[in-house]
Amino acid sequence: MAGIEAGQLKRGLAIMLENVPHLLVGMEFVKPGKGQALYKCRLKNLNTGSQFDRTYRSGERFEVADVEDRDIQFLYREGEYFHFMNSETYEQYQLHQDDVGEAQNFLVDSMVVKALLFDGRPIGIELPNFVVLEVTQSEAWIKGDTASGATKPVEVASGYTVQVPLFIKQGEFVKIDTRTGDYVERVNK
Amino acid sequence: MSSESTSDSPLLTRLKGRHRRLKVRHQVFKAIRGFFDSQGFVEVHTPQLLKTVATEEHIEPVQAGDRFLATSPELEMKLLVASGLSPIYQIARSHRQGERGSRHQPEFAILEWYRPGNTLDPLVEDLQNLFAAISQAVKGSTQFFWQQRPIDFGASFPRTSVQEAFLNEAHWDPLTPPLDPLKFDMDLVEKVEPTLGKGGPEVLERYPAPLGSLARLAPEDPRVALRLELYVEGIELANGFVELNDPEQQRQRFIEASEAIVKLGRTPPPLPESYLEALPNLPDTVGIAVGVDRLVMLLADAADIADVVAFEHLEA
Repeated sequence: MAGIEAGQLKRGLAIMLENVPHLLVGMEFVKPGKGQALYKCRLKNLNTGSQFDRTYRSGERFEVADVEDRDIQFLYREGEYFHFMNSETYEQYQLHQDDVGEAQNFLVDSMVVKALLFDGRPIGIELPNFVVLEVTQSEAWIKGDTASGATKPVEVASGYTVQVPLFIKQGEFVKIDTRTGDYVERVNK
Repeated sequence: MSSESTSDSPLLTRLKGRHRRLKVRHQVFKAIRGFFDSQGFVEVHTPQLLKTVATEEHIEPVQAGDRFLATSPELEMKLLVASGLSPIYQIARSHRQGERGSRHQPEFAILEWYRPGNTLDPLVEDLQNLFAAISQAVKGSTQFFWQQRPIDFGASFPRTSVQEAFLNEAHWDPLTPPLDPLKFDMDLVEKVEPTLGKGGPEVLERYPAPLGSLARLAPEDPRVALRLELYVEGIELANGFVELNDPEQQRQRFIEASEAIVKLGRTPPPLPESYLEALPNLPDTVGIAVGVDRLVMLLADAADIADVVAFEHLEA
């Protein structure tokens, strides 16, 4: 098993604690004035799904949990559940909206995402850093408001609302940074 | 090609996204200089390339050839005070190895000032006046919102002792020896810090003597070092001392820190001998360092320190 040090922990990584795999759902580097470097982690027990906080100090070592990632395709949403398919094996998975997290803002039909599998079961998904989505709703913008930053809110195909420059029109495609949720540029399709 | 269809590189797009916050940053710097200039402080500039830095167990300097990049301008500013120049201030670039998180960049802006005094009171007074002046200049008011939370820089800052805070939140007394520094840091970040500075700045003061660093011990209680930190919404913004000017005590603390660094498997920097030699000439002085980038985060309503610098670590 590959061992890692606390400084190498990052969100999305799974580690073994007392022989149970735990997913790091949050990680914050903290260092009180004159004090030592600490890593405040939010961990999710992958057997029970329960979440808790724990702080580790720099130098502590961990065993990486044997979870694999695989490309899966988003099929559809039904209530609180999102349905995906492995396009090679045609195996289907469902994920609760809480496990999909903020990624649900950017999911559209047939989008390929990375799934984190533990014991063959998906426990979370990871989006590409950038997605290109169609603008589905854009209201005509009132002229004269160019001084305050020159942006307007539009809705994209996933239902997410994003601030874009005034020249963006309905039906056009925009690139969005999924890490920040911000507009990046217009894309000609 | 029309200008609309010219696409910027990802870096230029990120830089463009920071313009608004960089303008707030400029306003903060202007307000800081205006405040200290109007109070009769002299702005100084100390070197970034140094023969050595203060020996501190948990602050690792960046090495540049046979020199160190400044971890703070502290020692050189106090040498200027020892030479008779006071009060003074500086906004300096500082560098600390391996510090990267939503509140840390390995290179950052630090505001330090030094003035006569032998209690923490003048520092608290300066902080109140400075923060009110900055928020007025940048926001037009001492009240504003940070991440949907109301903040008031105008009210008088509450002061809580480390002992009181730990008894209330962690249920143990940090002044009863021996102090376990790991337990202290763990409980500080998990239990104490999240409660500090709700709605406005709060002073945490009177640290256990073993965590005194370069602070003088309280004359009436040697278990306590005259050190303070300022917090807003759990974010640490400043660290101040009544400056220790006893060279023997300071040498002893540097030696202990050096030994601790060796135990951590690192090589300690050489002891700052010219500082220790000048220390008897340091008059009663109080000094403080403010993390300017974190202050800009609050005033620019940013959640991450990387959003308020032009270039984050390794971006340029």
